[in-house]
Amino acid sequence: MHEFGLMSSILDTVNSSAAEAGASRVVEIRLTIGEMAQVVEEAMVFALEALSEGTLCEGAKLTIDFIEPRSRCPECGVEFEHGFYNRACPECGNPLTDIIAGKEMYIDSIEVDI
Amino acid sequence: MQLDIGKPILDKNDRLAEENRELLDAHGIFMLNILASPGSGKTSTILATIEALRSKYSFAVIEGDLASKVDSEKIKAAGIPCVQINTGGICHLESNMIANALKAFDLDSIDILLVENVGNLVCTTDFYLGENARAVILSVPEGHDKPVKYPIIFQEADAVVLNKVDVIDYFDFNEREFRASLSQINPAAPIFPISATKGTGIKAWTGWLDSIVIETRG
Repeated sequence: MHEFGLMSSILDTVNSSAAEAGASRVVEIRLTIGEMAQVVEEAMVFALEALSEGTLCEGAKLTIDFIEPRSRCPECGVEFEHGFYNRACPECGNPLTDIIAGKEMYIDSIEVDI
Repeated sequence: MQLDIGKPILDKNDRLAEENRELLDAHGIFMLNILASPGSGKTSTILATIEALRSKYSFAVIEGDLASKVDSEKIKAAGIPCVQINTGGICHLESNMIANALKAFDLDSIDILLVENVGNLVCTTDFYLGENARAVILSVPEGHDKPVKYPIIFQEADAVVLNKVDVIDYFDFNEREFRASLSQINPAAPIFPISATKGTGIKAWTGWLDSIVIETRG
């Protein structure tokens, strides 16, 4: 459901960057998204198709690099991958660990035709 | 040809939110973003919060809804400055809406700004508005499994308010499971069981708010 809001913001940035570069169309949009952002790829593709009509992004391919969640324990310094819910430290059991990856929401790059 | 963008998806929103934050900081205003489902008791929690702390702080409220002035009229009836944002079809508040709403207030006369976001447990969480803290309200009738179903909003909360505890006996609400799932998703967030309309638990909740306001404003 939040994919439309995100895609709308992505298209603002991408359309203006592509126009500034004098592009005739955007071929591909590459994103990095952490799994904890709970972004659904199919919904992003649908939002792209729906919102890009008549813009430089119409027909562009979407590539998403999903990042697995990782946290660091401030007590013992261990870094570990984890699922969505339990991010207690696997070494010392400390429940208050810091998320260091998995919440990213970035536009990396775009491929354009000039 | 490849063009490197290297920008957060919500870059524009986040930059405007930082401007909101700077403006509020300059006026010594603490902003709390309140997130919850429709019907969870956001407005009544706001009213109870103001009632408990109004002898100490001056409040203002921003109300976000798709349509109507129903909520802002309730706040204004309590003598509190309030701006109603009608988002039209948009299911969350964005930082530019807050920037516009701030223009309507006398910022020098506000200590705490409470923002009632649009009732939504999904999209609201993505949009930083410039707030100092976030509180998520869940009400008993919604069920104890909401943190498991909507983890992100609970993960990003600085505090979780469990409202309508006065009717807990009439619902199949397992408070132990609710606390267990929250402790997995966000072990740092305090949980405040309250009944906004009966006044139960308001002292603990507003005590937390008071302490975080003091800590932030120095």
